[in-house]
Amino acid sequence: MSDLNKLGLAQARDALRKGETTSVELTTACLGAIEDAGALNAFVHKTPDLALDRASAADKRLQGREEAPAMCGLPIGIKDLFCTKGVPSQAGSHILQGFLPEYESTVSQNLQDSGAVMLGKLNMDEFAMGSSNETSTYGNAVSPWRRGNDDTALTPGGSSGGSAAAVAADLCLAATGTDTGGSIRQPAAFTGIVGIKPTYGRCSRWGVVAFASSLDQAGPMTKSVRDAAIMLGAMAGHDAKDSTSVELAVPDFEAMLTGDIRGKKIGIPREYRMDGMPTEIENIWAEGTEMLKAAGAEIVDISLPHTKYALPAYYVIAPAEASSNLARYDGVRYGYRATLDAGDGITEMYEKTRAEGFGHEVQRRVMIGTYVLSAGFYDAYYNRARRVRTLIKRDFENVFADGIDAILTPATPSAAFGLGEMTDADPVQMYLNDVFTVTVNLAGLPGISVPAGVDRQGLPLGLQLIGRPWEEGDLLNTAYALETAAGFVAKPAKWW
Amino acid sequence: MSIDQSTAARVAKLARIKVEDDALPALASEFNTILGFIEQLNEVDVTGVDPMTSVTPQRLKRRADVVTDGDQQAKILSNAPDAREGFFAVPKVVE
Repeated sequence: MSDLNKLGLAQARDALRKGETTSVELTTACLGAIEDAGALNAFVHKTPDLALDRASAADKRLQGREEAPAMCGLPIGIKDLFCTKGVPSQAGSHILQGFLPEYESTVSQNLQDSGAVMLGKLNMDEFAMGSSNETSTYGNAVSPWRRGNDDTALTPGGSSGGSAAAVAADLCLAATGTDTGGSIRQPAAFTGIVGIKPTYGRCSRWGVVAFASSLDQAGPMTKSVRDAAIMLGAMAGHDAKDSTSVELAVPDFEAMLTGDIRGKKIGIPREYRMDGMPTEIENIWAEGTEMLKAAGAEIVDISLPHTKYALPAYYVIAPAEASSNLARYDGVRYGYRATLDAGDGITEMYEKTRAEGFGHEVQRRVMIGTYVLSAGFYDAYYNRARRVRTLIKRDFENVFADGIDAILTPATPSAAFGLGEMTDADPVQMYLNDVFTVTVNLAGLPGISVPAGVDRQGLPLGLQLIGRPWEEGDLLNTAYALETAAGFVAKPAKWW
Repeated sequence: MSIDQSTAARVAKLARIKVEDDALPALASEFNTILGFIEQLNEVDVTGVDPMTSVTPQRLKRRADVVTDGDQQAKILSNAPDAREGFFAVPKVVE
């Protein structure tokens, strides 16, 4: 078989089980593609020896009598936010330069136990703070997509930009991502792949470098909805090491992909129709609505009245939690410590280490978080934002109580933009990238981005489906029906 | 609410991030942009609404208060920028 790196998880799994290929062959094909793709700057720590060892072990397992687990022999990339034992894990930050974890995150361990082969670590915005992968200490990840013949370098989105670029460019069969405000779904939409953020508590956060603990969730970024179902099943599950991990059985998500959505009620929230929204986004949303209707779903206009306040609430809550979580980077226990001048004490050590170790966006968010939590402002900002968060969640509870099964929205307010195009914009302009996705994190719900079409410049556009809590299986099935109807097959032309 | 340079300097100090004096005006201006955006929250009537403490309807789980781990000094110190004699080392704290 040729071009093994271009396979998805399900196709590769089936080929492995039929004996048509081996994990070593699959892994070798991906390692070759990674070597050729330096221009994308997606893989920032490569682990070829480890990958080939695990691939050989997987091949033995596949030959044995025992039933091979779901991900056996399938080569994937891991976002740099996941701690991986003995392999650099920097969260895209200079402050974790040289950090080699002594432990493995639960999610990456679950994947490893399921037989997955890690190819290396993937680029990302520093501490997952960004929507364009431009805040990374490794430099920008670059999208494999271009606007027609224009060679402007485009963002793969963020923060899981390396994951998105790697999957879209077939450097791996799939990748892990994490999503605090849209960091799986926005890059998936920008690069024409599938990305699901599961219900908060579905995947363990243990060993995932924390950004905003009440919002962070890990999820898969894949080439198809079926692949997302397979990989989410392998990542998810209760973990005693994360006190917010839920004790619920993980269903066989793949078995729930029937494509039958007859009678399902799909909500179209009027508040997501934003002023100044590009026509192409409105059109793709309308087309997606028609596709679900044609598949037998009932379309219902709904209202989520507090939508407008989701982003401002997020930009209180997420920085507040970040300022607390990132207090641990003090130059004492791990990572970078600034060189000190004679006479510098411990306070100078903290201040210089954090000034030199954190990039600009991270510093800004830590300081905003410090401000909104400081004496005199805690009630006015932080507590008010948490009250608004309650209202945002209640909006969703109300529509679900009215019988809505899933909600269809655009995934992003635009197609991918050029790297550097937002540099002169104020920070709030960049934050607007998450306007359709951030509500889902605040409400703890599952959300999936499905590629639905291309714009007139040939760039992918995604649609988002939002599901009921813990019903990822039903959500994936609706996404499967949308994917089937949309028939998205575009791939970026190789220029790298 | 408007943030002036001295407030920006105070926040930087609280966050333990060194900001040079000449960077303070730009920082204060960025804070004001972001806080201006956040202040939309004041339009929302939150009377009688509790602040969210958990996004999922479950109490934080408790575990048995027992020792499950230990004797990992070498692993714990393996990533320290400066470790000596089994301890993390830092600049002198007490004169």
